[in-house]
This record gives sequence, structure tokens and C-alpha cells, in this order.
Amino acid sequence: MKKKYEFVKNAAGRMVPTEVNGKAQFPFQGIHGYKPTGRKAAPPVSSCSDYPMDGNKIVGSIKAALEQAGLKKGMTISSHHHFRNGDLVMNQVFDAAAELGAKDLMWFPSAAFPCHEPLIKHLESGVIHHIEGSLNGPLGKYASEGKMNGLAVLRSHGGRWQAIQDGEVHIDIAIIAAPTADAFGNSTGDRGPSACGLLGFGLADSMYADKVIVVTDNLVPFPCYPWQIQGQNVDYVVVLDKVGAPEKIVSGTTELTRSPDRLYISELTAKFVRAAGIMKDGFSFQAGAGGTALAFAIYLKEMMIEAGVKARFVRGGSTKYLVEMLEEGLTDYILDGQTFDLEGVRSMRENEGHVNTSPFTSYNWHGKGNFASMLDVVVLGATEVDVNFNANVVTHSDGQMLHGIGGWQNCLFSKCTILPIPAFRDRIPVIVDQVTTLVGPGELIDVIVTERGIAINPLRTDLIEATKDSGLLIRTIQELKAEIDDLVGGIPQKPRLTDEPIGVVKWVDGTVLDVIFRIEDRR
Amino acid sequence: MSKMFQAGPTGETIRSDCQVFYTPGSDTLRIELKSRVEVLFSESIKNLVELTLSSLGIKTGSVSIVDFGALPFVMMAQIETAIKRAHPELKREALPDFKEHAKYASSFGRFRRSRLYLPGNQPKLFLNAGIHKPDCIILDLEDSVPPAEKDGARLMVRNALRTLDFFGSERMVRINQGALGMEDLEAIIRHNVHTVLLPKTESADQVIAMEAKVNEILKSKGLKQQIYYMPILESATGVLNAREIAMASKNNVGLAMGLEDYTADIGTQRTLEGKESFFARSMLVNAARAAGIQPIDTVFSDVSDEKALRASVQTTKSMGFDGMGCIHPRQIRPIHEEFAPTELEITKAKTIIMAADEAEARGLGVVAVGSKMIDPPVVKRAERTIKMAVDTGLIPKNWKEQD
Repeated sequence: MKKKYEFVKNAAGRMVPTEVNGKAQFPFQGIHGYKPTGRKAAPPVSSCSDYPMDGNKIVGSIKAALEQAGLKKGMTISSHHHFRNGDLVMNQVFDAAAELGAKDLMWFPSAAFPCHEPLIKHLESGVIHHIEGSLNGPLGKYASEGKMNGLAVLRSHGGRWQAIQDGEVHIDIAIIAAPTADAFGNSTGDRGPSACGLLGFGLADSMYADKVIVVTDNLVPFPCYPWQIQGQNVDYVVVLDKVGAPEKIVSGTTELTRSPDRLYISELTAKFVRAAGIMKDGFSFQAGAGGTALAFAIYLKEMMIEAGVKARFVRGGSTKYLVEMLEEGLTDYILDGQTFDLEGVRSMRENEGHVNTSPFTSYNWHGKGNFASMLDVVVLGATEVDVNFNANVVTHSDGQMLHGIGGWQNCLFSKCTILPIPAFRDRIPVIVDQVTTLVGPGELIDVIVTERGIAINPLRTDLIEATKDSGLLIRTIQELKAEIDDLVGGIPQKPRLTDEPIGVVKWVDGTVLDVIFRIEDRR
Repeated sequence: MSKMFQAGPTGETIRSDCQVFYTPGSDTLRIELKSRVEVLFSESIKNLVELTLSSLGIKTGSVSIVDFGALPFVMMAQIETAIKRAHPELKREALPDFKEHAKYASSFGRFRRSRLYLPGNQPKLFLNAGIHKPDCIILDLEDSVPPAEKDGARLMVRNALRTLDFFGSERMVRINQGALGMEDLEAIIRHNVHTVLLPKTESADQVIAMEAKVNEILKSKGLKQQIYYMPILESATGVLNAREIAMASKNNVGLAMGLEDYTADIGTQRTLEGKESFFARSMLVNAARAAGIQPIDTVFSDVSDEKALRASVQTTKSMGFDGMGCIHPRQIRPIHEEFAPTELEITKAKTIIMAADEAEARGLGVVAVGSKMIDPPVVKRAERTIKMAVDTGLIPKNWKEQD
């Protein structure tokens, strides 16, 4: 029988459940509305007496490590997603857990990928009760169809740190897949056959979990340095033949989009940044590894060279394009959150200015400030934007849950948040009356750039003023919407949703921003 | 059982288009729909299908649509194509609304530096073509459309002309040769085509026949509309008759070169250097200039080689051409930039225009720069140079106040 939920209206006007997966929730209370009190969570006190004096924490297998870690029913097992679709560890972890007879586990990855499809059998058999984390591919589809017990809880990268730190999610056992490690548990992601760059998404897990298991295929004599993960936090080290499929972890080369329309949007975005006076000496920007964002960075780079402007720092997702900017002296630093290609990994090893960061340093809202709000401009994607500049990244207009949040919500705090998006995909308009799922409140979203013009949030009178004589095609969001609605043949009908929630979207402070309902079965 | 008629693309990755399957029948009308955007547009699509069939007078049979996110004008064209494949005698049309943004005019002497070719059977390439701001858009019914698709492409182009905003680009259609071309004109000419491209033109008669056909169609519909023509020379005969072709109509705006067919015709192959086509291109430039119309060069086909494209535009420009064709939006900017006047050309043009202004102000009949007399065509040329410099953003519109 499906669970009944009680709903309450939050500050964004959305009805959200009061309880999720057995835990009471706070509804969203506005961007600065909710401030928790109390102290951070902490792992139990340990004693060196319980650990080998020779520093050798190696155990024979994942199964043995889980057993020694005290795996039992209802526990939470976490993992990071730096191996992306090339992860070979987590399927083995849950196979071992099944062999040990564990039930009702919660998997708490920073993200799941198509390679984790085999876990569906453990969801169906009850080894895994539910998953909280970004769900991509078959697991996302499984959850979208309402087949998962409990709700999918979608958190941003910063929100995941916040949830761990605040004790909303208690990790019993953290699995840290590590490209290189020593027997003491010191680990790094920047070298080894499965090199992925950095391990920042696993950092909170290593600090707050009761038990920490490092899994590596490249054991080096002590010390493994740099020690992105510190052996002080690690209980067990497991050595496997292979922990990742390198070609699926990072791409050999990052390919640029060839679509003339996307390139047009990217260039227009760069022109806007220049026209608005943002591109000046010492500025900073963030652009992800999506095709449009990447092309934006390249156009911006050309404009920087032409104007003789240097950045102080850029935020990655690093790629060879950001590395080129660093090595050509166009930026002093790359502050990297995840590494997308081999050049990024190399640069992280070799360049002092290529700094690895974690969701704590860059994004955690329950901290003493973060990088995101210091960024001059950030360029992000979206599936939908509405006329009030609210945006969606987790569902499509047809109601299907498709994507995780990633660092997206956290980045919205930058001084200028720009969403370069095509005005329509196939026949589906991107600008709508109201977003299907609210992931980013409109007051934080400043500019929409489409191939049919630029819309500036009316709240940003400064940007409107700065660009009014730029010659760029600046229009109201309503004008853009009207043009596209006319082209696609009118406003689309709404998807038919059930009243059965399948997931919730958390805001960066842990409050519930929106809920995702299951769509009605097709005939 | 009666035969099924089909329209629309086939293949693995179809986007922004649809397939239509129609089986004539006598009793009822059955409509089936499978769509990628069904959740959002099922009602809208059903209404559109019914409306389209009813304007075609189809009341029975079975229609099945497999949709991959086609815009309404695309779906209407595919439905009409399937129906007309079953009923070739059918005269009725299912026309989408003629949008205001599709009704702007062109002009005789406008820039035609870049002309972007779009295959007439690939509507997904039409949708955003205008945002890249080519001087002209060519909706092509000829070589880029396979013979079996000619009928469908014609309706697709017609619907696109009525629906899409090409943001100020000149709206061109390249029709087929001979009888097929005359059918093309019947379908498209009433929908604000600015300029008709006539392929493989070899004689003035062909231009005259085309113009007569256009006038006949317009007259029968009681329409008055300015239509321009651009014959394309693609054979030895065409090149040798360049002058009479250029002079064949007062509505000719330019003469275009088609080198792929021309080089084959003279028994050689195209090279990057282009020695083999020097005569033809030069002949065309002279014929067009003698007739007071624009000489337009062929396309450059290696889309990925921007450097070679730029070099080729420089040659084209230096030979006297005013523009060339392009086959990908990314070629547009390099073409505009290379056709743009040099700093020296701009300075010279400014001096001439200033001198002309002064002569006019003082009521003099003769323009002079220093002790040198300037002829009227040179003044006109200078005006055009300045216009292009303003258009490409090299100098501000109000340069006279600033200089």
C-alpha cells in the first residue's frame, strides 16, 4: 500500500510533504528564511588502540570490510560519483551486502549513473530500501515510475554536505572508491589507472560516517600524497583489481558542440557578459562541461584576449579548455569541483593554480560563507524557465524525472546567474507559465539567453541599464514566450499527474522546496 | 485492401518532423497518433490533423501519424503530401496561417553576400536558420531534394514561407528545371517568395518562360507582388550566353555561378585553386555588371575549413563578385567579414562621399577629390562600401558626425 502524505504550503507557494522517508521536514521558508540552531553531527570517538599500529588497515574483500564495519539492517551506505558512469565498486558493495543478508539499506550516493542499473534487483529484493541522491538513467526511470520504496530526495552538492553535517542524514558506512591509496587509507583521485581528478564529493562522507571503507586498485606505499582523503578518517582499505572503467570516468577529450544554434547561444551569452561590464580584470566565472557552457567559455576567452582581461579565478568542472586558460595565463586559479577530462586530471597534478575544492569550501549553505556567492558570473542549464524566472532542472515539461541537481542550486547565488537555453526543444517550449518542478527560485536567476533573444530579470535593473545600448537583442520574457508559443502551435497541455509523490527537491538549507508526483500511466 | 500512402522522413534519428501513413477508405475516418510530445500536445495534434484533412476534403480512410516533435506547419505539409500521393488530382490546399512576420519585402539592390542553402525536405534546418542572419535564405527544391521527395518538399517550403520568421533575410526558392520547376512555381510563388533561383540556365528564353509563368499565376490569383530572379549558370552554354541571360528580365537581381556541374560539363574537376573556372567566373562577373546586376559566386563546400573558406572569399571578392552561396550557418560570418571593406577602402569611400556632399551643397555638377574628378558610378560604389562597413559594424551609422 502506498503511503499517505500530509502536505503544507511552503514560502514558494508549493504544497510539500511534512514527512519524507520517516523524517519530519521543514517546508521552504524563503531564501534566507530558515536558520538551524544546534551543533553539527559528528562520528563517534575512536581510539588508536583499536587500529593496527603498523598502519595497515587492509582487509581481504569488500564483503569482509562490510562485515567488520558491522553492516546490518536499515543502515545507510554512502558513495561519491567521481567515477561517473565508470564506477565498478558500488554494484559489488550491494552484491556483498546481499550475500551478508542485509536488508532495508539506504544508498546515499552523491549521484547514480546508468552503470548502476544492476542495483534495481536489490531494490526489488529489499536489500536496498531506497536511494537518496541524484538519479540518472535506469534508476531515475525506476523512481519516476513510483516503483521505489520511499521518496527520491534530490539535493544539490552543497545540500548533500549540509544534510550530512547537520545530521539529517547519518551515514553508517561510507565507501570511498579511490584511484590511489595507501594501506593507512590516505587517498587521492589525481593519479592511478582510474584517475578521476579529485574526491571532493566523498570528503563529507569520510569525515562524518561511523565507518569508512577505502576501495582502491592502486595501492602505494605510505604516504599516499596528496591525501585528498585522510587516512585518519579511514577504518578499512580494500584492494581490488579494478575499481573504475577509465574511459567512462573522464573523457579523453572534451568535445565542443557543433550545433550552430547552440554555438550562437553560447556566443550571445559571452557577448552579454562583456556588454554588462562583468568581464573585467580580476573577475571570476563558472561554466560547466555541458556543450553550451563549454562553448561560452571559449567565446569568452577570445573576448578576454581581445580586451586584454585576466580572470582571478574560474570554477570548474574542469576541462582542457579551462586548463588552457590557466596555462596561457588568462586566469590565476581553477577552483575545481570535479574533473571532466584527462587534461583536467593532468593539470590538477601539475599546476599549482589548479586547486581541488569540496562542496564544503564552495557550496555548503550551513557554513561561514562559500565561493558560489563570490562568483561574478555563472552559466548554467535548465529544462524549463517560467515567466517569473523560476527554473527547473530535475523534470521535463512532460513530468518525467530526469536529472539530478548537481551544483546547480548552489551556483544560483553568484552575482549574475545566466541560463543559456534553446527557446524550444523539438516542439516543446522552454519558457512556460509555471515550471513543472521548482528547483531554482526566480529571484536568484538573472538572465535567460535564447537564440531568439535575451530576457533580463526585471529585478536586475542594473543589468538592464548596463546593456540597454549594447545592440544585443534584449526582450521581455513574455515576448520570448509569446513568439515560441506561436511557433509551436499554442501552449502545451499539462501532463496528467497522480497525487502520489515520488520525490522531493530540497533547497540548499535542507528545507523542502517542491515535490515531484508520479505521472499517470499511459494507456 | 487498398494501398497505403506514406509521407515524411525515414531513418533512425528523426527530429522535428513526422511520418504520415494514409490508406484511402470509404466508410469512416480513423486517426491514429503516436507522438514523442503526446503528453503535451495530443489534443492540439488531433485538432490539427482533423482541420488539415477537412481543408483537403478528406472525410474517410485511415490516417496514422508517427510524430517526432514536428511543428504544426511541418505536420500539415506531411499530411497533405500523403493525401496527394493517394489523390494526385486533388487541387485543394491545407494552408497554415500566413504570419505577419513572413510578409516583409525585399529590394533590388540589397546585399546578397551570403545565401544559405536549406534542403527543402529538412524542415528542422529551417526553424532557426534566420537567427544566423544570412543575407538570403534559399529553400531548395532542386539538387538537395531526392526525386521521390520533390512533391513533399514543395509543400514543406510553401508552408515554411507562410509560417517562419527569417528575420529579414531575403526569401529565395531554388526551383527545379523544366516542367517540375513550373509546378514548383504554382505551389510557392504566392507565399511571399522574394527571389526565384533558376538552376542550369542556358538561355534567355528560360528566364522569359519562367517570368511568364510567374506573371500568369499572379494574374490568375489577382495578386501584385514583386518577384526577382537569379539565374544560375552551370554549363558551358550557360556561361557563353551569360550576357543575354543577365539581360533577359528587368527583374533579374543577380547571376549566380554553379561550379560543380560547370566543371563536369567542360570535362574537368574543381580544384581549390580554381584555374579551370576562371574564364566562366570572369565572364559571369562581366555579364552581370554589364546588365547592372549582382555577380554571385558558387558555394565553398568544405564546411570545417574556415581558413580555406576565407581565402576563397578573398579570391571571389577580388574577381568582382558581390556574394557567394553557403551550405552551413558557420560559413556566414567568415563570408561577411571577408566581403567587408578594408580600412583603406573605407577611408577612400568616406573621402568620396564627403566630396559628393560638398559638391551637392555648393550646387556643383561635378564631384572632385583634390584635383581628381570622380564619376557618378564611383560615388555610388563608395556609398555601397560605407553601407557595408556600417552593416558589418566596422564604422558607426553616424560616422559623418564623428569623423
